[in-house]
Amino acid sequence: MPDAGFFELVFAREWDDLARSLTGNINMTFENYLAHLQRTLPQATIDTIYMVSFASLFAVLFGIIVGMTLYVTQPSGIYALPKFNRLLGAIINIGRSIPFVVLIILVFPLSRVIVGTSIGRTASIVPLTIAAIPFMSRVIEAALNELGRGIIEAAVAAGASPSQIIFRVVLPESAPGLVSGFTLTIINLITFSAMAGVIGGGGLGHIAHSYGVARFRTDMLVYTIIILVVLVQIIQAVGQYISRRLDKR
Amino acid sequence: MLEINNLSKSYATPDGPLLALRDVSVRVNKGDVFGFIGLSGAGKTSLARCVSVLEKADAGEILLNGLDLTKLKGGALRNARRKMGMVFQHFNLLMNATIFENVAFPLRIAGRKKDKIRARVLELLEVVGLSDKANTYPATLSGGQKQRVGIARALAAEPELVICDEATSALDPDTTRSILALLKQIGAATGVTFLVITHEMDVIKTLCSHVAVMEGGQIIEQGKVIDVLTHPQTETARRFFAKDHSEEGWFKAVQEKRIGRHIFRAVFIGESARKSFIHDVIRRFDIKLSILSGSIESVSGTMVGSLILEIKGDEPLLAQAMAYFRENGVEIEEIEELHNA
Ligand SMILES: Nc1ncnc2c1ncn2[C@@H]1O[C@H](COP(=O)(O)OP(=O)(O)OP(=O)(O)O)[C@@H](O)[C@H]1O
Ligand SMILES: [Mg+2]
Repeated sequence: MPDAGFFELVFAREWDDLARSLTGNINMTFENYLAHLQRTLPQATIDTIYMVSFASLFAVLFGIIVGMTLYVTQPSGIYALPKFNRLLGAIINIGRSIPFVVLIILVFPLSRVIVGTSIGRTASIVPLTIAAIPFMSRVIEAALNELGRGIIEAAVAAGASPSQIIFRVVLPESAPGLVSGFTLTIINLITFSAMAGVIGGGGLGHIAHSYGVARFRTDMLVYTIIILVVLVQIIQAVGQYISRRLDKR
Repeated sequence: MLEINNLSKSYATPDGPLLALRDVSVRVNKGDVFGFIGLSGAGKTSLARCVSVLEKADAGEILLNGLDLTKLKGGALRNARRKMGMVFQHFNLLMNATIFENVAFPLRIAGRKKDKIRARVLELLEVVGLSDKANTYPATLSGGQKQRVGIARALAAEPELVICDEATSALDPDTTRSILALLKQIGAATGVTFLVITHEMDVIKTLCSHVAVMEGGQIIEQGKVIDVLTHPQTETARRFFAKDHSEEGWFKAVQEKRIGRHIFRAVFIGESARKSFIHDVIRRFDIKLSILSGSIESVSGTMVGSLILEIKGDEPLLAQAMAYFRENGVEIEEIEELHNA
């Protein structure tokens, strides 16, 4: 069983490289960088919240658009386009089958174009959003499909237009399910953001990896895990509360 | 008002097209309460859905005040639909909207003014007896109350035609009676035309002025309820409208040969239901007459009496008695099926 020193020896050069590239300081060593990180645990928490918030916001926005498109274009939908629906479904399935670690690297160039860099908290928003959109779309599609056909037909028979059906029937009626879906996606994004943190994404994942894995600093690892657990619990509780409040069934 | 001409509708199924409606023609006048009765799968729901254009007909026309609904699209179709209200078996209410918002729905989508909507909704909630529930949600209502909301919603935009597809089939008998009474009262007060889809004879008898009997996607018989009820032309109609006597005591008595086999059914309609023909007949003719069973009911507002009689006597006297009944507008005939029993 190799001890910690062995790993240090093997990875030291690469960790120093990482520290240098992350800070943009050619004199930076990984050791100094760790000291810097310890001081910045609060900042890392904020970074995680920042990444997840923006990624969630965009994922919800695009997810509603794509999920709603899936819902209305299905063969029995109010705007049936079966071929288009199948194509969109296939694209989403492809998106969902790409492992997140691979996706992050794939979108490095895109991040550079959109936010000007491929590392750091802002850059991470791009792969996080892209990873969450297919998932979010399916979750939203499922929530919308929970609605019975009956209520849609009642609206159609009353002379409602497709946009009136969407905004006055479909969205309000499926609001509780949608909020549950958002909650699920946001929590998934926290996990993903930790993974992004490993590959230069910043945030709690970065700290957990740098200390926990590279330095065997169990204390730091435990701190980050505790913070992540608390974040997930809060989001789940708030999501559930809102969903319940919206549900009058 | 509503004229359906040669309407056909088929569904695509894995085993090829299934013909749900074939060549259906019917004419509904303003103020009619037109019932459609038939066994499961007869095509009643398909017909209702074609009229509300939830389903596209294959052939034929549906003229609502001269406008062919099968030819309409987009905005024109939506406008036509706003002239029709629909009441569903399973209510189909917005569960995350209050009772008020549910009833207001057709008015809001039609872009009515806020204060007008408010006045109309409150008026309708008064009619259906749910004024105190305006701000509650459907989940807190009973089935009967939910259907009252459904009815109020169907009436909200002052439709010319209200379609009820099995509106009472999910309700218990007492609630069914109160909903039918409400629909009847609304029909009388507003003169709105109704299409009433049902498989329950009672709904037709208490609510409808006209009836069409459906079987295998066709209308096999139609007319005023009282006519179809008292003179059913087809076996299916007979099965719906004629009473099933086989469970009654006298039927068993005949089978067990405790009484004779000359059993008659006499039907008294309207005025004749109130007169004392039985008394007259016994006095005038030397026959023995005993009443085995009898009932009087109201069919679309007309009294219809029905008696099961055992009549004994000489053939000529019997014939004279029959003739006397018939002269006075009483329909009487021997129950033939007993001879094969
Ligand atoms: N969407 C559909 N797809 C395929 N077949 C259908 C569809 N809807 C109805 N049918 C078929 O069409 C026929 C007529 O059905 P419809 O629902 O109109 O009957 P109904 O008289 O309303 O019966 P019920 O009393 O059971 O409601 C049935 O054989 C039914 O199986
Ligand atoms: Mg039906």
